[in-house]
Amino acid sequence: MQIKSSREPLFHLVKRDKIPWWKAWLIRIGAILLALVACAVISELITGVKPKDLFTTILHSWFGDADYREKFSIVQNRKFWILLQETAILLCVALAVTPAFKMRFWNIGAEGQVLMGCLASAGCMLLIGDSVSPSMLLVIMFIAAVVAGAIWAIIPAIFKAQWNTNETLFTLMLNYVAMQIVAYFCIEWAPSNGSNVVGVINRDLETADGGNYGWLPNIFEGFVKDVERPRMPEYAHIILIVLVLTALMFIYLRYSKQGYEISVVGESENTARYIGINVKKVILRTMLISGAICGIAGFLLVSGIEHTIAMDTVGGRGFTAIMVSWLAKFNPFVMIVTSFLFVIMDSGASKVATDLRVNESFSEVLTALIIFFIIGCEFFINYKIVFSRRNGKKLVSASNAVTSSDNDNSK
Amino acid sequence: MVSIASVIQRALVQSAPLLFGSTGEILTEKSGHLNLGTAGTMYVGGICGVIGAFFYERSIPDGGTLNPFLAIIIPLICSIIGSLIMGLIYCFLTVTLRANQNVTGLALTTFGTGIGNFFGGSLVKLVDSDVASVNFSRTSELYRAYLPFADNLGWFGQIFLSHGFLFYLGIVLAIISTFVLNKTAKGLNLRAVGENPATADAAGIRVNLYKYVATCVGSIISGLGGLYYVMEIGNWSNDGFGDRGWLAIALVIFAVWKPNFAILGSILFGGLYIAHIFIPNISASVSELIKMLPYAVTIIVLIVTSLRRKRENQPPAHLGLSYFREER
Repeated sequence: MQIKSSREPLFHLVKRDKIPWWKAWLIRIGAILLALVACAVISELITGVKPKDLFTTILHSWFGDADYREKFSIVQNRKFWILLQETAILLCVALAVTPAFKMRFWNIGAEGQVLMGCLASAGCMLLIGDSVSPSMLLVIMFIAAVVAGAIWAIIPAIFKAQWNTNETLFTLMLNYVAMQIVAYFCIEWAPSNGSNVVGVINRDLETADGGNYGWLPNIFEGFVKDVERPRMPEYAHIILIVLVLTALMFIYLRYSKQGYEISVVGESENTARYIGINVKKVILRTMLISGAICGIAGFLLVSGIEHTIAMDTVGGRGFTAIMVSWLAKFNPFVMIVTSFLFVIMDSGASKVATDLRVNESFSEVLTALIIFFIIGCEFFINYKIVFSRRNGKKLVSASNAVTSSDNDNSK
Repeated sequence: MVSIASVIQRALVQSAPLLFGSTGEILTEKSGHLNLGTAGTMYVGGICGVIGAFFYERSIPDGGTLNPFLAIIIPLICSIIGSLIMGLIYCFLTVTLRANQNVTGLALTTFGTGIGNFFGGSLVKLVDSDVASVNFSRTSELYRAYLPFADNLGWFGQIFLSHGFLFYLGIVLAIISTFVLNKTAKGLNLRAVGENPATADAAGIRVNLYKYVATCVGSIISGLGGLYYVMEIGNWSNDGFGDRGWLAIALVIFAVWKPNFAILGSILFGGLYIAHIFIPNISASVSELIKMLPYAVTIIVLIVTSLRRKRENQPPAHLGLSYFREER
């Protein structure tokens, strides 16, 4: 093949070795700011919503408007605590997918795994009910959820380990199988009034100390006594559980032998095999952990928050969690930040949709737009654009550049 | 009792969006890019066609007649532009900026369904129109127009001839794609890019160009699937398109990355998708389980192809991985 041109390209890309963390975050924050500008411009263009309204509405979605903030302190601020609780659940799912991703096992089936966890705990809650003690029921629900999530994760892992079946597509399909199974049970379990909705489970089945069977009790009740209507205890226990899980996951990935094996398999399967790591075993074990944590997330969702089950109980968190984990570069503590980011983005965008009377799907558009910017900016963290020196001169004087490149061609 | 011909005919109607989607996705995957944004792209292809049709019908004064050519071509072009933009966003992020394909694809799906539902839900309000809902029934009639003598041919006409032109376009596109992929130099190059971009690069193939073209053409074809769907239904309902985009991705696996297999596969999937309607005497809950069939079948195919390890039935070797020339 003939080489058509010998001109040097304007720039080329170099992979960066390491970028100082503050620089990386500066780039990310810059991208988010750019994304917000883009959101403001697009909102103004399409819906005529003024940027000022847009951003004040987003702020109100987090803490309530001025009246609300005056009335309730931060401990009482329900909106704020819901935000944190939502973050905790998302973080939990993100924690679940992280070990698998670190191993480069593209588990996009978290949605289905969490859903199976939800189904298992809801099933136990409904079918066992008050035939065991409340605490026993919680334990059974927890175990059932963990087992269900783990089973749903281990199926693709077995096939991946044994026959190298494409795990991305397998786990993706399992999501929909899980959804249909849940749809089946929703109709089966629905009270026979034709609504096909399960409804709140065990609403009337109260335990001796005022809780409900199978509902996660508020262990922080009574801790905050001096303020009227404290909201914090309702949400704090879930947040605490997930925070503990985060720390455990960090330690597991960073300091344990198994965590090390996961990163070696992720970097290179051949290297792993060479140094004597049983790759199949690592894949199976890691997916087992991944699925089990998905199950925990399902348990928290059903037992701690929703107290019911539906096809959309997980609500896309399984997919969002992938982005959360990936953006945090699989670091559990950074994932606290990124999951919070996704939650406040989502809540802000849906508040904009309802308050400013644009279609609620507009929130999805805004969220996706911000994600695009964040995904795109990773490029500038990982790669450096190096402009060719001669081309640098070209910018100074265009006429010189033309002659010099002509000279190059004649050489 | 429904006649077998009408069952097949309805299965065929269901199959067309899936065929478009999977043909497009196969082209994209052959370049080594797993575009999980197909679902979103199909939404955008659909809504852009709706927008085009809506504005064209509005521009016609009351009682005026539509110019059939313009009524067909305007939504078609709008749909193509919409899905092309989606393809370009995906390409820019994954090819140029080398972002993670799964993450980008998922974001693209969020974006696409958001765009679709947003404009579908508020188009009427945005233009301060006095009509109650997005209406493009006259355009959709043109899209569904079929040969006049099809009705006289009994079951044959009902199954094979009672479809709008887009249906046949889908099959033609699938056949052309098969031909291009297997019989032309360009197709060989494209497959090389998907299998091993570094080798293709060394052989002088412009890897990024192939990735861009394959993904964008693939997105356009997928988008036409959305257009077919909305024109067949004749109105827009939010989330009405459902999970057909994901089913199209499933079909890619089922067809083992061969568009001509996808034609048959799409008919089977179309049938499975609506099977629960035709099975008599089943409860609502069991019909939910039957809806699981296309996905379960896909999983089985995925397992079988990986068990048999036939080399021509494997996914492209570099599927899902970004290519950076200086990283060897």
